[in-house]
Amino acid sequence: MRTSISLGYLIVFTIGLGGCATAPTLDASELTVDTLERRQLQTRRFDGISENQILAASAGVLQDLGFNLDESETKLGIIVASKQRTAREPTQIATSILLRLFLGIDTEVDDRQRIRVALVSRPAGETDTESFQVRVTFQRVVWKTNGDVSRTEAIDEPELYQQFFEQLSKSVFLEAQQI
Amino acid sequence: MKQPYILLVPALLFLGLASGCETMSHRQVTDARSAVELRSFQTRAFDTTDSLKTLRSVIATLQDLSFVIDEADATLGSVSATKLDGYEMRFTVTVRPRGQSQLLVRTNAQLGLKAIEDPQLYQAFFASLEKSMFLAAHAID
Repeated sequence: MRTSISLGYLIVFTIGLGGCATAPTLDASELTVDTLERRQLQTRRFDGISENQILAASAGVLQDLGFNLDESETKLGIIVASKQRTAREPTQIATSILLRLFLGIDTEVDDRQRIRVALVSRPAGETDTESFQVRVTFQRVVWKTNGDVSRTEAIDEPELYQQFFEQLSKSVFLEAQQI
Repeated sequence: MKQPYILLVPALLFLGLASGCETMSHRQVTDARSAVELRSFQTRAFDTTDSLKTLRSVIATLQDLSFVIDEADATLGSVSATKLDGYEMRFTVTVRPRGQSQLLVRTNAQLGLKAIEDPQLYQAFFASLEKSMFLAAHAID
């Protein structure tokens, strides 16, 4: 009886203190070993083009991909865009249904997601005014069917970035041809 | 008969502990440590007057750190960005002139529902920014 009471106190005390603690994410502003690799994946260089042209071409690609533009600041070479889409995955839904049928357990599945992208152009050299590096970064928040956040993450799939830059190259060409 | 009292004591203890770390919600508008102390570790001076180039370096550094830019204003000299990695961290960086030959770069960060007041995070950010700027970051008085 005594031990269970002191255990109760201990649990209450731990929960009480835990409320004040901060999360250990202080390394969030440190460069890591894969920083350079990620930078290369997310960056392409474009030559013989003005910054306004590359930004216009980029906005075109983002629209092609269904993004809505949220913010832009051409003086800093920035375009910010986002889109909301479904996050439902057939396998996850099937698993949820099976769990409910056979074990009577209700589980929440991923429902919708908000994907954000920031595209930044930057002069590639000190003097050359016709070469720019374009870096693009994607992230997303996924919500479950009950409205809780399921995942918050950067999107790092190499294929995504390769596809994006393929489309941007085409768009730059179209921009140059005034199509 | 004894049972309710046994439950009541830990419940009161829990309330006491919980109220110890919780401020009234409207006070959150002005929550802050001493402004002087905050500014000292959130701010660095750089020996340049090119604020556009500095802002571009700030943006590149934020991208290196996996942040996605939220908004930027060249006139005001500000950039905000968010990092998602199982948590949500938001940074705002401002750049403004200091005297005739320097720029002040100030950063403030929040993690989820809390301001980050640990100097370590800011030191690491300025260390990353120095590399991108090719300039030393000077602590201010």
